[in-house]
Amino acid sequence: MLWINISGILLIALIVWWFWLYKPQEVEVTNNKMVIRIENGVYTPAHIKVKANQSTLLAFIRTDNSPCAATVLIPGLEISEEIPLNKETVITLPPLTTGEYPFHCSMQMYRGVIKSE
Amino acid sequence: MGYSDTDSTQEKTSLKQPSGSIDLIIDGAGCASCVGKIEGALTSVKGVQQAEMNFAARTVSVSGQAEPSALIQAVKQAGYSAKVVQSSSEEALLDEKEQVDLAYYKTLMRKMWIGIALGLPLMIYSIVGGEMTVTTPTERLAWLFVGALTFSVMYFAGKHFFVGAWQSFKNHSANMDTLIALGTGTAWVYSMAVIAVPELIPDMARHVYFEATAMIIGLINLGLALEVKARGRTSEAIKRLIGLQPKTARVLRDGIEVDIPIEQVLLHDIVRVRPGEKIPVDGVIQEGQTAIDESMLTGEPMPVVKNAGDEVVTGTLNKTGSIVFKATRVGKDTALAQIIKMVKVAQNSKPPIGRLADIISAYFVPVVMIIAVLSALAWLNFGPEPALAFAIVSATTVLIIACPCALGLATPMSVMVGVGKAAEAGVLIRNGAALQTASKITAMILDKTGTITEGAPKVTDIIVTNGSHEDSILQLAASMESSSEHPLAMAIVESATAKGLTLNRAENFNAIAGHGATATIQNQRLLLGNEKLMRDRKVDISGYIETAQQLASEAKTPIYFAVDEQLAAVIAVSDPIKQDSITAINRLQSNGIRVVMLTGDNRLTAKAVAEKVGITEFFAEVLPEEKAQKVAELQQQGEVVGMTGDGINDAPALALANVGFAIGTGTDVAIESADITLMRGSLHGLADAIAVSKATLRNIKQNLFGAFIYNVAGVPFAAGVLYPFFGLLLSPVIAGAAMAFSSLTVVMNANRLRLFKAKEH
Repeated sequence: MLWINISGILLIALIVWWFWLYKPQEVEVTNNKMVIRIENGVYTPAHIKVKANQSTLLAFIRTDNSPCAATVLIPGLEISEEIPLNKETVITLPPLTTGEYPFHCSMQMYRGVIKSE
Repeated sequence: MGYSDTDSTQEKTSLKQPSGSIDLIIDGAGCASCVGKIEGALTSVKGVQQAEMNFAARTVSVSGQAEPSALIQAVKQAGYSAKVVQSSSEEALLDEKEQVDLAYYKTLMRKMWIGIALGLPLMIYSIVGGEMTVTTPTERLAWLFVGALTFSVMYFAGKHFFVGAWQSFKNHSANMDTLIALGTGTAWVYSMAVIAVPELIPDMARHVYFEATAMIIGLINLGLALEVKARGRTSEAIKRLIGLQPKTARVLRDGIEVDIPIEQVLLHDIVRVRPGEKIPVDGVIQEGQTAIDESMLTGEPMPVVKNAGDEVVTGTLNKTGSIVFKATRVGKDTALAQIIKMVKVAQNSKPPIGRLADIISAYFVPVVMIIAVLSALAWLNFGPEPALAFAIVSATTVLIIACPCALGLATPMSVMVGVGKAAEAGVLIRNGAALQTASKITAMILDKTGTITEGAPKVTDIIVTNGSHEDSILQLAASMESSSEHPLAMAIVESATAKGLTLNRAENFNAIAGHGATATIQNQRLLLGNEKLMRDRKVDISGYIETAQQLASEAKTPIYFAVDEQLAAVIAVSDPIKQDSITAINRLQSNGIRVVMLTGDNRLTAKAVAEKVGITEFFAEVLPEEKAQKVAELQQQGEVVGMTGDGINDAPALALANVGFAIGTGTDVAIESADITLMRGSLHGLADAIAVSKATLRNIKQNLFGAFIYNVAGVPFAAGVLYPFFGLLLSPVIAGAAMAFSSLTVVMNANRLRLFKAKEH
């Protein structure tokens, strides 16, 4: 039983580390444009690094036909955009001040973050 | 929700297809032989697959992936000129969305039946006392077969959960797929372990849970399918707004009238609209007179008479005459397109009440996974036999019931319906925060001119002081005021124009905010304004103060007119009170809202108007900059203040108020500057906005309560906290059903808002 309990506690530690403490690799935007795919319940890439004080284009391509995936919201920038299936939808980000700007679908089950540096 | 239909190869391949076509309007194509020349020039451009010209409409549709500038250049080289047509394409997008949703609904229903087809018989078997344990080799073989069938269900009906969960896991995030995949996967793996190595599992725990796996997958697919259907109804308001725009327009091209698709109408095109037809784009009437029914856009039932020079707005109905107008806004720039865009943005913005749910949603899934592990450990350490089976069941049930998707939906669904509902009543709510704050308003400040009154004053009396002729005084005053855009000045100018008086050019015109204006005409120094202005300029008005007061007590605004510092006349201007202002104000007051009137007008006129409409608290002779100060004063008294105004001069007060209501025509500045825009002039819009706002907030609270109940009550119940006291433990199948229907409950409750009607007294 001791080993089971230890395993359980290790599993909890793993959950905490994997989902909260681990810092996923950020993908840097080049040429002011980044293509983000929405498929299988996630944004790929979901962690995006942009240059501060510079306008950036985010091109979303959705192949995931869940209705939740059809809207991308960036609350910090008051952006809410419908993303049609299988079509590139470009969202223009204004020049951002340094900081993090989360984005998500309408139910917040798909999540990503834009880091401006 | 984190679901995708990965079976759809059609969708994936379609990404490689050309993304669409570009429409060009061609100038200078006067003969049919031009068609081949233009089409040939365009198809020679790299990336163009096809170019098809509609000669009658002078448009060409180009498919492929060419740059618009290259197309324009090619047409130019062929000897013509071309412009890109801006497409509004809202309706096309909506149609496409509906088709995608329908296909997704059918896929989910098919998957639901696959799950139910296996899960239901197994569940009935267990309910009627069938043996769900593995004790004999025959049972082992039979359950192995069922296990294989369940795996097929997981593959064909639940693969998307597992793919989504894996993608999400790789991305260091957890979503609804994670919980479903973990829950159903755990139940299946445990059941297969019971079959594969029964000797390692205690006798009492050799129970299989294939019915749970199959039923959960079936039920969650059913819940999702029903949610897709219900979601479609929430965007009904947008569909109605989009439906207002006609599909074609009759446009003058190269001297002939042609019917062309609405997307092909260009700026400055000359458009003809016959009686009974809808206005296709925004414009200014060039010829004709008609009455236009704007009720679809503003809720205002009375048709409005329009003449040459008046504006017409897309989607409104031309009732009586044939008109020709010049297009001033087309495609995405029309007032209707702007309204649709604004409503869509507002529908997706969240009020502050949703923030708690957002924070919870963000952390919820990993927290639930931890609770599931803790629950399993608690059962293993302290639970009765078979502890392992109890541990698996409770962990599975916790994972299944805890999905926060209903929580994520609770606020946006209500906001979507509420904002749409308001838009149908001609009330444009800019964002979720305004929607929430409007429900808490305790004091409403109303500007007088243009808000309570029509805002179209008329000259009623001219009392001359020195024996001059009324008309010559009016001519002089109107000449001076022709440079002003103040409503009172416009009344004087209109009165002179109606009498056919010729206006002279004024020099040195100077408007003094809150006071009046000064100017010079033929070396005469003119002053037109209120008592303050006359006193400042030392004009003796003592003999006419009583006259002015008498006029003011009749709800007329007295204006003093002086020539060379001598009082020449008192001109009375009256602005009629809007027909329904009294009932609308009464409606606000009966809802417990303190109504306050603000006006730059003199105290007596203000008092007379306030008395007529039933307002007891008013501030007169308020300068534009003082309006914001009055808002601040009320806020300091602890009131949640709504400010209603119609002009740019109200902007500071509108911005400072907790909620700014603009009375606008639904275009440009009014929409952009205010929190809420009342498309029609009626103050009933205020009461409607507050009523919709209250109903929406109530609906959000119901949704949040419903969603929280599923999670807050469901998770401990699933973990087994009631077992020691009542011997109750939630079945994973019930948890699956509850989880699937929690989102549906929220969506359906939000849809109830569609039936809401604000009561007019």
